This record gives sequence, C-alpha cells and structure tokens, in this order.
Amino acid sequence: MGQVRWYERLLSLDRRWIFLAIAVAVVVPFFRPMGLPVFTTDPVERLYRAVDELAPDSRPLLLSIDYAPATLPELEPMSYAILRHALGKGVNVAVMTLHPAGYGLAQRAIETVAEEMGAEYGKDYCFLGFSPGVSAPILGIGVDIRDVFPKDAYGTPLNELPMMEGIGNYDDIPLVITIAGWSAAEAWIYYAYQPFHQKVGAGVTAVMATDYYPYLQSRQLEGLLGGMRGAAEYEKLVGRPDKGTRGMDSQSVIHVLIIVLVLLGNLAYFARQRGERAARAKG
Amino acid sequence: MRRQLPLTLCFIAGVFMAAQYFIPHYAVQGLYDRLLTWLRTLYAFAFLLGTISLVRVHFHKIRNRASDRGYSFVVFVGLALMLGFGFFHPARNAPGSPFDQMFQNVQVPIEATMFSLLAFYIASAAFRAFRARTLEATMLLVAATIVMLGRVPIGDLIYDGIPKATQWILNVPNLAAKRGIMIGVGLGMMATSLKIMLGIERAWMGGGE
Repeated sequence: MGQVRWYERLLSLDRRWIFLAIAVAVVVPFFRPMGLPVFTTDPVERLYRAVDELAPDSRPLLLSIDYAPATLPELEPMSYAILRHALGKGVNVAVMTLHPAGYGLAQRAIETVAEEMGAEYGKDYCFLGFSPGVSAPILGIGVDIRDVFPKDAYGTPLNELPMMEGIGNYDDIPLVITIAGWSAAEAWIYYAYQPFHQKVGAGVTAVMATDYYPYLQSRQLEGLLGGMRGAAEYEKLVGRPDKGTRGMDSQSVIHVLIIVLVLLGNLAYFARQRGERAARAKG
Repeated sequence: MRRQLPLTLCFIAGVFMAAQYFIPHYAVQGLYDRLLTWLRTLYAFAFLLGTISLVRVHFHKIRNRASDRGYSFVVFVGLALMLGFGFFHPARNAPGSPFDQMFQNVQVPIEATMFSLLAFYIASAAFRAFRARTLEATMLLVAATIVMLGRVPIGDLIYDGIPKATQWILNVPNLAAKRGIMIGVGLGMMATSLKIMLGIERAWMGGGE
C-alpha cells in the first residue's frame, strides 16, 4: 500500500478540525484582545454626520430596529452606538420595529441605553412598538404617525408624550435610521425616501451591505453601516468602543483563517491534479 | 363570479394605488389612508394564519406518530407558554416579564446560535469547494480575498492599499453589477404587477391555475 500524499491527506481532512479551528479563532481573541485599530470609512462617517447634525431637543430621530435574534450579534452593536450618539447629544429618539421578533430587541436596546444615558421616557425617547405590514406602516407614517402608532408600546397615547407634540409625519422627522437583517432597509428607501423624500440611513449585515452601495452613490441613503465593522467604526466615531470593536479581533482572525483555508484547499487541489497528470503520463 | 370578483377587486385596488400617487385630492388621500390601515390589519391576520398552519403541521406529526414528533411537543409547549405569558400574565410583554424573560433567554440565544453555525459551515465549504478552476472563479476568489481582508482591521495593518482596493471593488464593479440587477428586478416587478392587475397572472388566486 503506497504512502498517502500530503494533498490527499489535506483534501480528506475531517471537517471537525476546521470547526475546532474556527471555534478557537473566535473565542481566543475575546480573552486575549489584540486591540487592532479600527479605521473609519466614508459610508459610516456620512451616517455619523447625519446624526450629528440633528438639533438637540427638537424633532425626533426615528430608529427602526428591524432585526431578529439571528442577526443580533452583528446588528445590535449598531443600535447601541447610534442610540448613545443621539441621546448623548440630546437628540430625541423614537424607536419602532417592523419585525415581530424585533420588539423585545428594540425594547432592550432603547431601555438599556436610555438608563445608561439618564434619558427620560416621553421627553427624550419613546418606544412605539411593532407594526405589521412593512410597506403599510412606512407609507402610513408619511400620512400621519398616529394612524400607525396611535399609542406607544406601553399604551400611552402619542399625544401625551411631550417629545411627540407636533410630530405628524415625515415632514417632522429629520432622519430615519433602519438597522435591518432583511430587506427592510430597501422598503424604507422605496416607501419613505422615494415618495416623501425622507432622509434614510441604514445599518445592515456584512453580506447585505454590497446591495446598498447603489443607494449610497445616488444619495438615496444618507449613510451605511455594514456588518460588525460598520458598528466598530461608528463606536470609534462616538468615542465609546463596545461589542463591535471587541468583535473586530475575532473577525480579523476568522477572515485570515478562511483565506488560509481556501489557499490550502486550492494548493492541495492543484497538487492532486498535477499528481494525476503525472500518473497518467507514466501510463 | 368566484374568479371575476377577486380579479375586479385586484384591478381596482391596483389602479387606485398607482393613481393616488398623482392625485393629491383629500378624498383620494383619505381612501388611500383607509386602505393602508386595512393592509396592516390583513398582515396581522397573516400571523394568525401562520400560527394555525404551524399547529396543523405539528398536530399531524403527532397524530401520525412521525419519528421526530418529539420536536412537535416542544413546539406546542413553547407556543402555549409564550401565548399564556403574553395574553394572561399581568406584566404582558413588559421588560422583565416572564414573556420577555423567555424571549431574551431562550429565543434570542437559540436563534443567534443557529445563525452563528453558518460561520463553521462557510469555512468548511470554502475549504472544500472554493477552487480557482476557471478565470471567472479565480477573479471571484481574488476579489473575495481582497474584500475579506479589507473589511477587517488586520487588512489595514497588512497594507493600506487593501481597504482602498476593497472600496473600489464595492464602489465600481459591485455597484455596476448590482445596479444592473436592480434595474432588471424593477422592470420585472412592474411587468408582474401589470400582469396581476390585468388578470393575466392568476397564480395568486390558487387553484392550480
């Protein structure tokens, strides 16, 4: 029986070794941070500027937390960073969700950050809750936000919330930001930007980010956070590193590991091709 | 009549929703506002439909003694607990309520874990299947390597041209391809909408047509 060649051994590698390498690459940087520097990019800076330009204690920023628990690790750091930025500047924030599973996540994001920043419910922030239908509530807010959310998530009529006084539709909302793990960001562009010229910013998962570059170039999006890197960049701009920044070390190691695995796989593949050709030539 | 009525309603609603965009008259906008409310109500019923369908599927599994019926019992226990806490507990879905605790401590970690498993499978699949067999596959592999490095801080440290190359890939070839796809999808959506409104496309009515 002949000796097994290195490339055969590599190509038949038990995938559990790969799983183990991935697990180690994810976990170790959390315990031994490398502190890799995060550099900011234009799409993130544009969204930061859009929030930064909002006037304190005036018309509210509408933050739509449109993600489910599946994409939470990637998207939640964005919500926290944006909420810290807005509430820290004294900008009023109204939070809502278009995803049924987003209710609890939106609630925990706004309540956690509001407590941290000492924000007052109804005056500095409010939670509107969930509305079904995606396009219907987005279009409905363009007519009157009270048609979609007559009461907040806790049953208080919007008219009784001081920060919502005089807020009718998109004319009174300077900026909408959606943090979405599905096509909600596109829905906001189609149904809020297009018919009402509402300024819209978005935070999406890394795999979705490439879909939104056309909207960035055409200025239909004010700015874009793409994946955990986007969250880390925003955290850097806010000056408050958190989960996004911490995740960058793991993500760096994982990306390098996957590239190395792909290169090794290709090396072994071509070595085997060469070996087979040589064997055929020998007859 | 069973076909004509929904087709007529679909035509009228479709034409109205397209036309209202150009008619700012208060009567038209009032009706438009009413239709949006109906739409939200219809979506809410979709959740009820989904729940009924879920119950039926798992009820049949248990009744037919399917080999994986144990999971169906878990579905019913979870459903009953969440409905019970949501409707009958005085705290309803307030932060810290049993409903919220179940959501935050069961559903959130389960869903996040399920999605995180993708990283393991992607790494394994990339190792086994991502081969530079053709020129196109090689170009994809090179672009993917640059973008993967350019989207993490380590790429900046290796060489500051990597993030710039990443931005170029995203802003030029990616954007051109995406825009082409989007224009195609947009035209397709318009064509399909017209076909539905005019009754040419009737699959939405069911019945195998």
